[in-house]
Amino acid sequence: MNDDNTKGRRRDRELDPRIAARLAARAARAAREQEQGLERTARDVTDPSTYMGPEDTLSGAPAEGRVIGESGTGKVDGLAKITGRAIFADDIRLPRMAFVKLLRSPHPHARIASLDVSEALAMRGVLDVAVGPDLPVRHGAIPVAQDETALAIEKVRYVGEPVAAVCAVSEEIAWEACRRIKVVYELLDPVLSIDDALSDDKPIIHDWKRKKSNVLRRVHQTYGDVDKAFEDSDLVFEDVYEYPASTHVPLEAHCAVATPLDGGRLQVWSSTQNPHYMHRTLARVLGMDTADIRLIKPDVGAGYGGKCDTFCSDILAAYFARKLGRPVKMAMEREEVFYAHRGRHRTRMWLKMGMKKDGTITAIDFKAWADGGAYSSYGVVTSYYLGVFMPLPYKLEHYRFTSWRLYTNKPPAGPKRGHGAIQPRFALEVHLDRMARQLGLEPADVRLHNMFGPDSITVNGLRITSMGLAECMEQVRAHSGYDRKRGRLGKGRGVGIAASAYMCGALHPVYQTNTPHSGVQVKIDRSGRVTIFTGTADCGQGSNHMVAAIVAERLGIRPEQCTVVEADSDLCPVDLGSYSSRVTFMAGNAALHAADKLRKLLVAAAADKLGVAPDAITCHDGRYEAGERGLSWTDVVELAESTYGTLGATGSYRPPKIGSRFRRQSVGPSPAYSFTAQVAEVTVDEETGIVTVDRVWAAHDLGRTLHREIAEGQIEGCVYMGVGEAMLEEQVYKDGVMRTPSMLEYRVPTIYDTPEIHAILVESHDPEGPYGAKECGEGPQLSTVPAIANAIYDACGIWLTHPPFTPERVLKALRKRDRERARAAAAQAQE
Amino acid sequence: MPRDLVLTTTVNGEPVRKLIPANRSLLDFLREDLGLTGSKHGCDVGDCGACTVHLDGQPRLSCITLAAEAMDREVRTIEGVADGTLLHPVQEALHRHVGAQCGYCTPGIVMTLTALIDDAGDTPIDDDMLREALGANICRCTGYTKILAAAHDALRSGDSQSGKAAGEIG
Repeated sequence: MNDDNTKGRRRDRELDPRIAARLAARAARAAREQEQGLERTARDVTDPSTYMGPEDTLSGAPAEGRVIGESGTGKVDGLAKITGRAIFADDIRLPRMAFVKLLRSPHPHARIASLDVSEALAMRGVLDVAVGPDLPVRHGAIPVAQDETALAIEKVRYVGEPVAAVCAVSEEIAWEACRRIKVVYELLDPVLSIDDALSDDKPIIHDWKRKKSNVLRRVHQTYGDVDKAFEDSDLVFEDVYEYPASTHVPLEAHCAVATPLDGGRLQVWSSTQNPHYMHRTLARVLGMDTADIRLIKPDVGAGYGGKCDTFCSDILAAYFARKLGRPVKMAMEREEVFYAHRGRHRTRMWLKMGMKKDGTITAIDFKAWADGGAYSSYGVVTSYYLGVFMPLPYKLEHYRFTSWRLYTNKPPAGPKRGHGAIQPRFALEVHLDRMARQLGLEPADVRLHNMFGPDSITVNGLRITSMGLAECMEQVRAHSGYDRKRGRLGKGRGVGIAASAYMCGALHPVYQTNTPHSGVQVKIDRSGRVTIFTGTADCGQGSNHMVAAIVAERLGIRPEQCTVVEADSDLCPVDLGSYSSRVTFMAGNAALHAADKLRKLLVAAAADKLGVAPDAITCHDGRYEAGERGLSWTDVVELAESTYGTLGATGSYRPPKIGSRFRRQSVGPSPAYSFTAQVAEVTVDEETGIVTVDRVWAAHDLGRTLHREIAEGQIEGCVYMGVGEAMLEEQVYKDGVMRTPSMLEYRVPTIYDTPEIHAILVESHDPEGPYGAKECGEGPQLSTVPAIANAIYDACGIWLTHPPFTPERVLKALRKRDRERARAAAAQAQE
Repeated sequence: MPRDLVLTTTVNGEPVRKLIPANRSLLDFLREDLGLTGSKHGCDVGDCGACTVHLDGQPRLSCITLAAEAMDREVRTIEGVADGTLLHPVQEALHRHVGAQCGYCTPGIVMTLTALIDDAGDTPIDDDMLREALGANICRCTGYTKILAAAHDALRSGDSQSGKAAGEIG
């Protein structure tokens, strides 16, 4: 830490004892981290571009204005959604708008021998037809793995891959024209499984690459001496787990609309989670200057990770609009969304763990093979996430993992809620229960025994600051009656517990830059109306309300007094997007930064008018007060504007540069981590194999509750999606053809399949989160599936290692259990 | 090409007369011909419920209903649920409980619940009836928890017709 700079900032005024305490705590932590081999540069404390909360608000301190932690208010953009006024991309209709439809590949792996579009092009009402070579620039979510084109070039690599696109005056004509396109394919041997991808006898899917392999990325990391630690263990246990492929199924299908603007510019509306990355990708693929594209994210009908990539719909709408000089829409049909995919990687995992008699974990050895489909999407990141989060939240000195992210001839897998961390967490938490039971220990206690405390460093160098998992465990046990119920609910009923951890945004964006990860601009109108410009992409998680609540809290007004303008590249500062659970932490801090600058001006103006020191002013409920005397919000705004001119400020957030003794650890580190503990209660019908999840309790450490119902809703949504993956959802293929490309065949849980969900909010007051807040929209999904698996064991004595836990799989496991019990009984009888 | 027909119907209390292709779905008629985009395309085959509207007060999946079926009947869409600027108690409760996250399934949810509640008259509605009705709607965001809580709350708020507990549209 750079002492001189720190002193410089302290010079202007007397230090509040709370701030002094906070700075001392920071210094102590920095010293401790240095000792532990972690180096934080001076930047995180002194560089104004790295913001970590207002100086005079301890993140854990009670917020003045009573906005933070509210409930029963609804969210700022809620009314538009319940009245049908919200405008989603498919709701946009413009004069002379044309429509795009696609011809898709019927083969998993084939060479395009010939492609004849002449008949389609000659049809009345058809405006243009595009084929692969018209858009030759390869793109992809991660700059080091750009392997995708909007339309297939030379080869098709999965059933459903776009081959040609027709732009016509109506969707019906575009469909009809697609049917008249003639393609001759030369079939190639398809690569359809993890084994196929690892085999030397199968063709290379991306044969244009220098590296002739179906392995996109292999990651190997070793910490400590795993083999030695196994020798010193009392119990070493290994098994194989299979996690299925599943997909997001957002209710809104992907859709993009593009229209030409004056001066050769282009305006694009897209149902996306990551408008900023899409902005860059569109410019690159279309050969345009980024400044010539205005990208707007309208209301988005959810994504859950499924709308993080740039899709053919975005590129083609923009391409045709530019070429034809008229508005163009491309809306996917439901079946097409299943082919767009980017869902959960089917993952095979081998896990070996050592334990002492008292339950202490000695070492973990882990291998994971992820079936990634035909293109990379975020697959490079997936390969890391499969391994790097494993040591959270348990103390572990010896850890080794190897992961493979593989290419296969299926729709591309990508980031689905809990990206890459869901699969290993399932394996680990089930494995932990199995070993605890083998040692005759209580599984919940084994977790507590191995758990980190706050301010710790994991074996692979992840810096943990706030950590409320112990309280989550305590709360979830108390609320669910876990200790009373485990093993005592009677035949066919049981409870299971699991714990998990997740990140609050990545330290590094997908491209190298020193610019902020999030920017917010706040403007105060003379009327008192506040407008917040933010690059964040609300897709239902509530980020619009989050920024409004933080700004309102800081300015002492109501969130409803704020207008949020989001995700419009001509109007809003950049935010990297709604991925990796980064928005609350990063955009929240940027919003706080901007609001804090304005608050200083407003407080100074009020203090001046009231003739008191700025410290004497309190701001809440639209009043700036000093004791008995006070000013209304609009008066303060007018005073401040009179003194300081037009009221506007920007705020930015860039994560602290947390050094690591491990240079390779560039994917995984986050400024903070969230933690969850869950208990599931299930009923197993041993006759039919049907498992019913009756109730789930989820206690989540979200740092600080910014809005009660929004936070609970995120947790409930996570549990719901976890229950879907545990019980129903699996993408099944036959000969490379997806067997479940509809909402009838791919079974998402209805209200009948959804258990009673109890969300419990645990506050650990993160030292760097905005008002102490951390993420709550992804982490809570991680522990749902293993909690259910562990509950099924409690109910009927079977370990299920392959979700979803369908009646077939349950019955098979029950039959195996009965055979083993009979064998054991026979052996005992012989003795 | 399909034959055209002249559709005369009532939408949200207003008379409508339009020339449409005979194979037009009610959803496309509402969205494309009338610009009422509140009802949503979710699946287009009747699996998800996002397109739910009322036909003579009963919930209907408009994506698999021909527009022609609305001939001389009353259609109500999400745009016609609020009474002027006064929200329906179901909308008010969904807002307060944050029963809408992304909001894409929400119009369908509102239409399902308002059909059930407004049609019930003096019959008390219990949890099972709410679940049975909501079984027709897929929501991927909420886990249905807040939606169900809002529905119970809307029932408690008393006579749904009076709109007493309802809030103003912002």
